[in-house]
Amino acid sequence: MKITDPIKIAVRSLVTAKLRFFLTVLGIVIGVAAVILVMSIGASAQALIFSQVAKVGSNLVGVLPGASQENGPPASALGIVTTTLKNGDLDAMREKRNVPNLVAVSGYVSGSASIESPGVSIQTSFQGVSPEVVSIENMDVSDGRFFFAEEEGSLARIAVLGATRASDLFPNGNPIGETVVIKDIPFRVVGVLASRGGSTFSNPDNLVYVPLGTAQKILLGIDYLNFIRAKVDDTGDIDAAKSDIETLLRNRHKLEDGEESDFSVRSTEQALQTLSSVTDVLKYFLTAIASISLAVGGIGIMNSMLIAVNQRIREVGLRKAVGARPHHIMLQFLIEAGFVSGLGGILGIVFGVGIAFVAALVIPRLGYEWEFIVPGSSIAIGFIVSFLIGVLFGLYPAWKAAKIPPIEALRYE
Amino acid sequence: MPLITVKDLCKTYESEDVKTSVLHDVSFSVEKGEFLAIMGPSGSGKSTLMHILGLLERANCGEYLLDGRNVTELTDNELAVLRNKRIGFVFQAFNLLPKTTVEENVELPLLYDDDPTERNGKRIAAALAAVDMTHRAKYFSGQLSGGEKQRVAIARALVNDPDIIFADEPTGNLDSKSGLQVMRILQSLNDSGHTVILVTHETITAEHAKRIIRVVDGYIVSDEPVVNRRIAGDGEVTLK
Repeated sequence: MKITDPIKIAVRSLVTAKLRFFLTVLGIVIGVAAVILVMSIGASAQALIFSQVAKVGSNLVGVLPGASQENGPPASALGIVTTTLKNGDLDAMREKRNVPNLVAVSGYVSGSASIESPGVSIQTSFQGVSPEVVSIENMDVSDGRFFFAEEEGSLARIAVLGATRASDLFPNGNPIGETVVIKDIPFRVVGVLASRGGSTFSNPDNLVYVPLGTAQKILLGIDYLNFIRAKVDDTGDIDAAKSDIETLLRNRHKLEDGEESDFSVRSTEQALQTLSSVTDVLKYFLTAIASISLAVGGIGIMNSMLIAVNQRIREVGLRKAVGARPHHIMLQFLIEAGFVSGLGGILGIVFGVGIAFVAALVIPRLGYEWEFIVPGSSIAIGFIVSFLIGVLFGLYPAWKAAKIPPIEALRYE
Repeated sequence: MPLITVKDLCKTYESEDVKTSVLHDVSFSVEKGEFLAIMGPSGSGKSTLMHILGLLERANCGEYLLDGRNVTELTDNELAVLRNKRIGFVFQAFNLLPKTTVEENVELPLLYDDDPTERNGKRIAAALAAVDMTHRAKYFSGQLSGGEKQRVAIARALVNDPDIIFADEPTGNLDSKSGLQVMRILQSLNDSGHTVILVTHETITAEHAKRIIRVVDGYIVSDEPVVNRRIAGDGEVTLK
């Protein structure tokens, strides 16, 4: 038997059952495309998150309420409300003698509300921040001004709008000096920020900023902070700054030696590591889910091959009668299964990469800096796994066909 | 040395708790170049005998020598090689592959030939020419009449130049004219040196052979030469 003969036989058999062939291939195409798409989107999303975090700056330190493992997610990131971070902590961090390496410190609280301008009402997020946030987040005020230092604790009813919110709330004109209503309380717009582009967790262009004290006392009715972020004078001083903050806050919170901190101090780098571990888990989890569809495709191959064996049992008998040995029959059906899954794998890669490419064209139009990333490993995994699944799930039907005695196969009705 | 020698062959089928004995103490031999008809009513065991002789299934007891070689102990793979090299089958139901051309059907035994050096279109063309089906080489099997299908099946049986051609009720699904054509081809193959073993329940068909073994209830009841052998001509039969 020539090496090309089994391939010729397998292809000929597949072509004679076009619909079954097409549907079986489709099962694998969907599975492989899903795996590639999920891995691609996961990689792109991860890149987006990293770029956003990096954009904020590498010389930043954040303090979150609640304890956490060294690199694990803090309690607040898991949605647990912790009230251990107070305005006094913020003020203490601002004092040079406590943490000499900090150049700017801002408290953060956030909430969501319906915000109205004349004729427009939008459900949106607002953030209460300190004036230093402009320096910390490298914000540009395109129109008007940001808050003054004395306005932070003054309960001033003033607001600065993110670029998108400014055009949403005041599509026809300059919002400076105009009034927006947040939770039925009028706020005067004093500034508009320049567009900064999308981010993963929150788009700053979609935010409405109010002074920290105003947000805490008037809008949210709380006396704690969600977050403190500080800018360190030099990236080399980050560890020193973190250590100083740790000591300062432990003293302020009256924590005994050995007692767990009720806050977490993180640098951008640590945040990146944490994000990386979280997004990796998410990526693998989604890939595992997508792989289920690949396994379903494999079961489809087995089902299809079992039907093929049953439909062609007399053909198997005939082939054996004219000299085919069991391994010839086994090889024929295995090649068929491998061909179906291999073709499905190639088409799945084409579709998966294609959809990821289309996503990379569409998502930037929604305001996100989305990169087109298809990990080479996803293509290799997609193809190899699909091929192996085909062969693996094709083994039983092929073995079943190979072991049928020729005369039984010929007599099969 | 006879081409085929069988001694005390028996065959029993077992299904759950039912045992059915199909062949009992079958012994005979076939010389090279013979045209033998195995005849008997439905259920007599004639097809089972042909399947055992054709190495498609094994006897439960007895001995089967093919060219002096005991084939009862051969492995499945060795039997498959023998079927490929030395045996050609023609079935009542033609057993052509559907949606496949005449040429591709005839090629089938060549695909399983371990020594493909001589494999080329010439062998397929010669086999098709022998059954006068060259003009249908590119046709799909579904486009052929019953007689043509059986001629293609004969070409397939011939293509590896086997010593023995087994034909199991080859005219059973054909009209009389096509049946005659098939018998004429089988006779001409026998004339050119092939040993032909035909299984039939029809006396008229069996009388195209040179010798008839009659099987009833699994026993050979007679084994005698055909006195007035029928010779299938072009649309007519003459007695010899």
